[in-house]
Amino acid sequence: MYPQVLFQNRKPDRIATLEEYRKSGGYEAITESLKNRSHKDIQEILLESDLLGRGGAAFPAGRKIMTVSDDAPYPRYVICNADEMEPGTFKDRVLIHADPHMLIEGMLIAGYAARAEKGIIFIRPEYENAARILEREIGLAEEAGFLGENILGSDYSFSIDVHRSGGRYICGEVTAQLNALEGKRPNPKQPPPYPTEKGLWGKPTVTQNVETLCCMPHILRNGAQWFKDLALTEAGAGTKIYCVSGKVNRPGCYELPMGVKLSEIIEEHAGGMKNGAEFKACLPGGASTRFLSREHYHIPMDFNSLREAGHRLGTAAIMVFDEDTCMVAATLNLLEFFARESCGWCTPCREGVPYLKDLMWRIEHGQGEEKFLSMLRKQSKYLWISYCAFAPGAMSPVEGLLNDFEDEVMAHIRQKRCPFKGGE
Amino acid sequence: MLPTEIKESLTRRIETASHPPELAVDVMFAIQDHYGWLTDEAMEEAGAILGMDPLKLEELATFYTFLYREPVGKYVIHLCDSVICWMDGYESLRDHIARKLGIGMGETTPDGLFTLLPVCCIGYCDRSPAMLINKKVYGFLTPEKIDAIFEKLRTEAQSTERGTAEAPHE
Ligand SMILES: Cc1cc2nc3c(=O)[nH]c(=O)nc-3n(C[C@H](O)[C@H](O)[C@H](O)COP(=O)(O)O)c2cc1C
Ligand code: SF4
Ligand code: FES
Repeated sequence: MYPQVLFQNRKPDRIATLEEYRKSGGYEAITESLKNRSHKDIQEILLESDLLGRGGAAFPAGRKIMTVSDDAPYPRYVICNADEMEPGTFKDRVLIHADPHMLIEGMLIAGYAARAEKGIIFIRPEYENAARILEREIGLAEEAGFLGENILGSDYSFSIDVHRSGGRYICGEVTAQLNALEGKRPNPKQPPPYPTEKGLWGKPTVTQNVETLCCMPHILRNGAQWFKDLALTEAGAGTKIYCVSGKVNRPGCYELPMGVKLSEIIEEHAGGMKNGAEFKACLPGGASTRFLSREHYHIPMDFNSLREAGHRLGTAAIMVFDEDTCMVAATLNLLEFFARESCGWCTPCREGVPYLKDLMWRIEHGQGEEKFLSMLRKQSKYLWISYCAFAPGAMSPVEGLLNDFEDEVMAHIRQKRCPFKGGE
Repeated sequence: MLPTEIKESLTRRIETASHPPELAVDVMFAIQDHYGWLTDEAMEEAGAILGMDPLKLEELATFYTFLYREPVGKYVIHLCDSVICWMDGYESLRDHIARKLGIGMGETTPDGLFTLLPVCCIGYCDRSPAMLINKKVYGFLTPEKIDAIFEKLRTEAQSTERGTAEAPHE
């Protein structure tokens, strides 16, 4: 059993209470920090810990907070990104249901480090339960003096609101989320200015993922080196919540050291392949990552190892496919998702994703031609010139398909039908 | 017309908000809860309460998955069609529901009880295949389970009045 840090208070049937969180050392980090550490100290510790953003982009959390300059105007905001709409990803929901005060303390720490006075949790409407839990626990934290004016007798004040989204995938993207909060249509906005300079209502805003924030109290309590040492690999740091779904016996969230091998996650933690099937591929970090094929079955699952292999860890939502799953049909499903969720703001994405989807539909339905391969490759390239990171994400599975499963695509084209739909 | 209690409680929230537009979606949700969907009148009222141009609100109402600018049934079924649920039988469940209710995707039963809509991954892939009904999650779906859920909702609808939809919970 590996050390459980973020899940140390997780129970099968209920939420950890404020008392339980405190008993496990909760709110010590912020209490100690308000007494003995400056906001600069906290930034330094976070930077040194190598904590990378868990929301998909892997940006160093310490560095992000440091970009809020000392003379930046007030009010400043900390936003917790609990939109979690990346297909396959459900770790943030599980974290909130397990130990909500860990997230509240994480926001307090990020808030203190950025000298922000207002926190907002942006949450998807499907997570109404989580939103209610948070509202209730925020109230309890206020009563206990951890939120509000002059926290624990210091000169620091911080409050947290829960903001419910109307529900669209693009709202998870930082700049689109700012528009959503301001009551505007949530199209992304290209920097500069960066949100840490001019974010919500034009004021400095730090946005972090739920899991990133949850790591912060532990780092401050136990030190940056301790956090780095949790990982199995040199380049990794911390633990990671891997959320596994698809053709495994025990889908769910597993907290494991960063850098644990993919094969170990599947075989030991997620209970192995369903019905003894054979592993064909997985998406390692949500729908916006590339298929990892059998060739990478033993790859260490950290940001660096995946990047070196030409992949991305994304949100570490591992979606597992077995040998009976058609990769063309799976890619078609992913493209249907992206085509539906494109915000429609820029042409390469709005027009390009449905075009890819249409080609993929024809291949899957026996109408493919050999020239479609080069058409797919060419069109995929255009998606790189889109306005935000959504479209490059949308083409990741397509790229993976063409790279590692070209023979499957060709089989569809030659046989003029889906070879997986044979003897049904 | 919105009942005065709803209008007043929303107005109070707006008055104490530092940035009223932050409440745009909340206000539309509250008004939608009352009418069942966002009628033209509802959009005007939301605009008046928020002090926002109804056209700006229209941009939101037509964008978000959970705001309905067209009539929907008492129970809105959002069946997840993303990749994990798809692998675990989305298509046959969709066909089962369509047969059972006699409606296609995007349609409402003639008795006004059920609307069937597709939705992308709802974050319950560990319980796939999954769906939401009025934002309440149902996982590990089978045709039998779905039949039982519909049956229960039908009975519930007979015994409760319109507009008292069950609060979402897990
Ligand atoms: C289309 C799109 C959707 C995204 N959705 C989410 C999301 O649901 N949750 C999240 O934390 N980050 C999401 N991100 C990443 C955010 O833009 C951002 O990098 C992240 O919230 C920053 O927090 P972190 O540094 O702690 O990861 C998304 C990005 C894109 C391009
Ligand atoms: S890439 Fe897609 S999601 Fe991003 S701005 Fe363009 S249309 Fe919108
Ligand atoms: S794919 Fe259906 S809940 Fe995630």
